[in-house]
Formats: sequence, C-alpha cells, structure tokens
Amino acid sequence: MTTTAPPSQTPWWQRYRPDQQWEAYLFLLPSFAGFLVFVAIPVGAALLLSFYDWNLLSPPEFVGLKNYTQLLAGDQVFRKVMGNTLYFTALIVPLQLAFGLLLALALNQPIRGVEFYRLIYFMPVVTTIVAAALVFQWFFNRDFGILSAWIWELGTLTGLPIQPPDWLNDSAWAKPAVVILTLWKNTGFTMVIYLAGLQNIPRELYDAAEVDGANRWQRFRYVTFPMVSPTTFFLLVIQMIGAFQLFSEAFVMTRGGPAQATLTIVYYIYQVAFDFSSRMGKASAIAWVLFVFIFLFTFIQTRLQRRWVHYEAGGE
Amino acid sequence: MTASRPTPTPPEHLPARTARGGIDSRRSLLLHLALILGSAAMLLPFAWMLSTSLKLPKEIFAYPPTWIPDPVVWQNYADTWRAIPFGRFYLNSLFVAVSVTVIQIVTASLGAFAFARLRFWGREPLFLAYLVTLMIPFQVTMIPNFIIVRYLGWYDTFLALILPTAFSAFAVFLLRQYFLGLPMDLDEAARMDGAGSFRIWWQIIMPLSGPVLAALTIFVFLGSWNDFLWPLVITASTEMRTIPVGLAAFQGQFKTDWNLLMAGSVIALLPVLLVYVLAQKRFVEGITLSGMGGR
Repeated sequence: MTTTAPPSQTPWWQRYRPDQQWEAYLFLLPSFAGFLVFVAIPVGAALLLSFYDWNLLSPPEFVGLKNYTQLLAGDQVFRKVMGNTLYFTALIVPLQLAFGLLLALALNQPIRGVEFYRLIYFMPVVTTIVAAALVFQWFFNRDFGILSAWIWELGTLTGLPIQPPDWLNDSAWAKPAVVILTLWKNTGFTMVIYLAGLQNIPRELYDAAEVDGANRWQRFRYVTFPMVSPTTFFLLVIQMIGAFQLFSEAFVMTRGGPAQATLTIVYYIYQVAFDFSSRMGKASAIAWVLFVFIFLFTFIQTRLQRRWVHYEAGGE
Repeated sequence: MTASRPTPTPPEHLPARTARGGIDSRRSLLLHLALILGSAAMLLPFAWMLSTSLKLPKEIFAYPPTWIPDPVVWQNYADTWRAIPFGRFYLNSLFVAVSVTVIQIVTASLGAFAFARLRFWGREPLFLAYLVTLMIPFQVTMIPNFIIVRYLGWYDTFLALILPTAFSAFAVFLLRQYFLGLPMDLDEAARMDGAGSFRIWWQIIMPLSGPVLAALTIFVFLGSWNDFLWPLVITASTEMRTIPVGLAAFQGQFKTDWNLLMAGSVIALLPVLLVYVLAQKRFVEGITLSGMGGR
C-alpha cells in the first residue's frame, strides 16, 4: 500500500489483496453484527419457534407441525383473516395503480402548477398513519361525520331514500372504509413513481405514433402503457407486499372489527403474540405463512411479467 | 429522472399539436378542474381534522356539521398538550429516529463500501445472504426480536426501540449499487497517494454519494418517525412512547372527545408536514429512490 514502485501489470485487486482482506471484514463488522443479531438469526429463530408451543412463561414445548396444521385446517379466524387480506390486496393494489397512473398522466401534461399538485397529492404519504386513521375514523362517523352529512344532504336534495352507511360498524362497509383510507394515504406514492416512468419515455415514440395516425387512446395503449410497464410491475410487487402487511389502518380505525371484518394477517399475528395471548409459536407460524404468501405472489408476478412487461428502451 | 427530457414546453400561443407537446386551453381547463377536485379530496381530511380540533364539544355533535368553528377554541390545544405528554413523545420520536438514521447510514455505508470497493473472501455469499433477507417481512423477525429484547432486559427502553430497527439489508443494498457506479480509478489514485480504505470511504466515496445519502436519510428517518407496530409491541410505559403509539393510546383514553383527538393529530402531524412543505423536492426524491424498502 505504501509502495512507491511504478504501477505493475497485475490488476489492482491482486495488488491490494493482503490488506483488503482484513480491512473488508472490519468495514463489514458493524453492519454484519447487527444484521446477524436482529435479522438473520431472528429469521431462523422464527422458523424454529413455529414448531413450538411457547407462552414465554413455561418452557417451550415442541409440537412439530401442529401450529401449521391447526392454522390451515381448523382455525376459523385464520381463514377469515386470509380472506380479508386477499380482499384488501385485490382491491387496493389495482385501484392504487390506476389512480396513480391517471394522476401521473395528468401531471405529465405541460400545465401550470404541477409542483403544487404534487405537493398536495404526496402530502398524505408523509403523514403518520395513526393520525390519518384517527381523522378518517371521525370522518366516517355515522352520526356526526362530514361524509354522512353529505350523503344525508344528497338524499334530501334528490328526494331519494339514500342513507349513509354506518361505515365502521357495518361489516359490509368497514372494508371499503379501510380501502379508502389506504388509497388516500398511498396514491401519491404510486403517482410519483409513475411520473418518473412517464418522463423517461422518449418523445420520438409519440411523434412516430402520431405520424402513423394513432389517436389519443391508441397512443396510450401502444406507447405509454408498454413503456411504463416496468414501473407498473415494480409498483405491483411493492404495493402487493405492502397490502399483505396491512395493520395500522385497521388497528386504529376499526380495531379489526366489526366482527373481524377488517382483521388482517399482521393484525392476527399481533393479537396472538401480544394482545390476547402470548402464543409465540403460533404467531411465528402465521408470520411464516405470510412470508410464504408474499414470496409466492412475488414469484408468480415475476413469472407473469414476461408476458406483458417491456424491457428495451431507455437503457435502464 | 429528468435527465432525458429534451422537449421544451411550447409557448402558450401555439395551438395544440401533439400528445405531450402542446395542449389546448379547454383541455387544460378540464385537467385543472379534475386535479383541483382531486386535491380537494386529498386536503379534505386535513381540513376536517383542523376544523374539529378548534370546536367546542357541543359543536362537534351539531347537525349539520360546520366547517368554521364558532367560537374558535384554541384552548383545545392547551388541554390536549396538558392531557398527554406530547413534549416527551416528540423527544422520544426524535431521539429514536435520529439514532436509527445515524446508525443505519454509518453501518450500511461501511458495509456497502466493503461489498462494492474491496475484495475479500466470502464477499459474494455474504452479499447473497443480505439479499435473501430483503424479501422477508418485518413481522417474521418481530417475534424473535421481541424475545431477544426481553431476554437482554431491554424491554421498554430506547435500546429496544432503536437497535432492532437500525440494521437494514436494504440500505446496504442501495448504497452498494450506488458505490458500484463510482469510477474505480478514484480509489486507485487515492491509494497511490497513500490513502487507506477508511480515508477513501470518508473523503472520497461518501462526499460523492450526497444524493443517495440524502434520499436514504429522509427515507429512514421518516420510516422510523412514523413506525407504529414495533414501538407498540416493545414499549409499555408512557415515558417511552413515540408519537404514533402515544396518539393511539390517547385514542382509547378520550374515545369521543373528537376535538381533543383531532388537536392531538394536528400536533402529531405538524412538524413532519412543515418540513415536508419546506423541503418537498427532497422528500419526494428520498421516498421515490428508496421506496422499494417498504412503506
């Protein structure tokens, strides 16, 4: 390292190798120690734990696959929770992508005030979800919330028998309420990512399409849509993972209710491990099922992407 | 993000021609109308929160609901501030978020430096181990972490709030990718001049990574500041609560005092929203660039 000899023909990594070996480990040590203790070991421990029955008080008892078989065979709550989570994912992800793309298309036009609109639309993304959920809880209040008041108003104006739903106490309406909160909170994020994707589309493509006589819809369908498909794929995967992990929204706004209508997988993990009981083994099993689901869905998406995702232009 | 956008906006007096080049005024009016409507929907909850936070109880439960409180009750804020130790929550959140951010940036950049710029035995398999954990949701590691923290006697302490969330494979991954893009000649030249790896990291690589470090800082800080599940699980006493957990506990306590609950929400949101409005661009960049790490 302190050599003053002229550079030799050996590549640099061979020249510095003896020094770098230990140096590299030193550089890695802080990160790796933390990674090991708080990430890698816990992942393994969670798997191990899922084969045990343990309430933190008595010694853990090995039960084999019982936690899993019970979950998949007999646990009614788990079935409900899975259904709810899939419902949320199926509704939230497409809507969020559609709204985000629409907004991004609008903001990609040469109009004034783009910065201003972006400021507003992105604002919910930075807010604390607990505060947001509290506000929406009050917003959806059947008797005194502003939303109900408007629906009553609409009813009197039109003379139709319209009544506001009891959003948060009606198991048919609580789920849409959670979806609305999530859309409000996260659409700004998908919008900003889409906007970046749209701005990378070369203008020549639109010019060429226009020369060929493509109308507005055709330009969207055959230029914009394929060109942002990598962004769509990215958002699809990210938002799906996020939707699978839905928790705070339901915890603050609906407490998982009514009648477990908004109980999600993560909420169930929380209940099993920290709220109703301390069944650490069962909670770990649920967490692993969640992981497997996320993994499978991501895998399927990666497989399917070959059919519709365009990777060529832009050199990205 | 804006590098390849050679199209200048045409002067406004030119008629509309192409999809992105020009735009006629009627269409632009419609666009604005739709965008303003959407903006109103986005701002509505904030407005409703602010309005309620300044009302008397009897006005909250009045029908039809009013937007402008009469009288305007600033006292609600004083009452809320007195009822819950928001000062303490702020300090907790700030301390935790700053610590997590500093630890994560320093350790991740050191690790990423090793992965990107140094050669050593076991580099590829170690990096692969980091990558594999990227997909594992936090809820899987949460339970063992809870047990570890309890075993170490850290339950309900700052150590428990900070350390388990301070190490992220994602930050290492992100920084490594960025470091790989910096020319290798820099290191070589510095080594010729007698600089050691540590100096190269601190005086060459880090200063050249300003944008990605800024983005990561905002992303990590905001994530920690808004984190809910882990602080909820790991804290028990009021003194240890962060803002989101404190606010949620307040909810159970003041069930229908909506004016106080909304005042509390305003207090909780105000600092972040202020910083956001002042540094909008940085925030958006930070979350966009690091957005793949989760929410």
